Amino acid sequence: MRKFFTLLVLALIALTPAMAVEPDELLDDPAMEERAREISKQLRCVVCQSQSIDDSNAPLAKDMRLLVRERLLKGDSDDQVIAFLVERYGDYILLKPPVQSNTIFLWAAPIIIFLLAGVMAVLYLLRMRRLDDEMAD
Amino acid sequence: MGRLLFIAPLVVFLLLGAYFAIGLTRDPSHIPSALIDKPLPAFDLPAIEGYDRGLSSNDLGGKIALINFFGSWCVSCVIEHPVLMEIAAKEDVLLVGIDWKDKPGDGARWLERRGDPYALIGDDADGRTALDFGITGAPETFIIDRNGRIRYRYQGPITEDVWRDIINPLLGQLKRDGGGDA
Repeated sequence: MRKFFTLLVLALIALTPAMAVEPDELLDDPAMEERAREISKQLRCVVCQSQSIDDSNAPLAKDMRLLVRERLLKGDSDDQVIAFLVERYGDYILLKPPVQSNTIFLWAAPIIIFLLAGVMAVLYLLRMRRLDDEMAD
Repeated sequence: MGRLLFIAPLVVFLLLGAYFAIGLTRDPSHIPSALIDKPLPAFDLPAIEGYDRGLSSNDLGGKIALINFFGSWCVSCVIEHPVLMEIAAKEDVLLVGIDWKDKPGDGARWLERRGDPYALIGDDADGRTALDFGITGAPETFIIDRNGRIRYRYQGPITEDVWRDIINPLLGQLKRDGGGDA
């Protein structure tokens, strides 16, 4: 039993995401640091593309984290910082694609598929009931 | 109608399969640059160790230019280096380099050992200028036209094939477009 708990704890430790942010990057102001972390989580590391720059240990991600903090210190709003990077790297830098003309299908697809499936399910059920009625007759 | 519904999942599966199969043939690390047709970002970089001059965005002076990001730590830069030497020796284009995130002296030593193909070199030790260019890795090469606009970005080493099939034809086109000096 004890062994089981040890294993469980070890497994949970292994599951906690590794922090890539290094102590020397941290801002003195905790509120601003929190904003920097939130922004970093939304930005894609262009080297290891399924990670955010907050998660990535790539040197380029570190440079971007420093840039984010530098812009915040200069008084940029969160949106301005993100726009600054989008200007240079394109929408690709955003982990969450923005809703715009070339991504509308991406965003609308789940709803369209859900509605289509719903219509088909209703049609199917109606037909089943009709068959049942015919059998009962 | 009944049969059509029956084969619908198969059709959807095949369509999705084809879509993803095409996706798999594309290299996800090749991201289109957001800076195409935009003006060159302004920069003013110091010289690397042992060099007198650095590189600034004004140094291109209305010439068609190649800006090549390299580093002594960059493995694929070794692959393209002989091609860059050839270009510098034989071709009519301004080739400048940006030494990206190198320790002081490393870039200069690397060039001393292998040869220096660049007309001018800037030292981007902290990598800030690279971020302005939207760099994703080294080597990366930008083609700049006479109006100082970025016309093309190539990610990865310039091999002889890349030079012959992509870069050189584009340079030829830019030269023919004329405008300004020759």
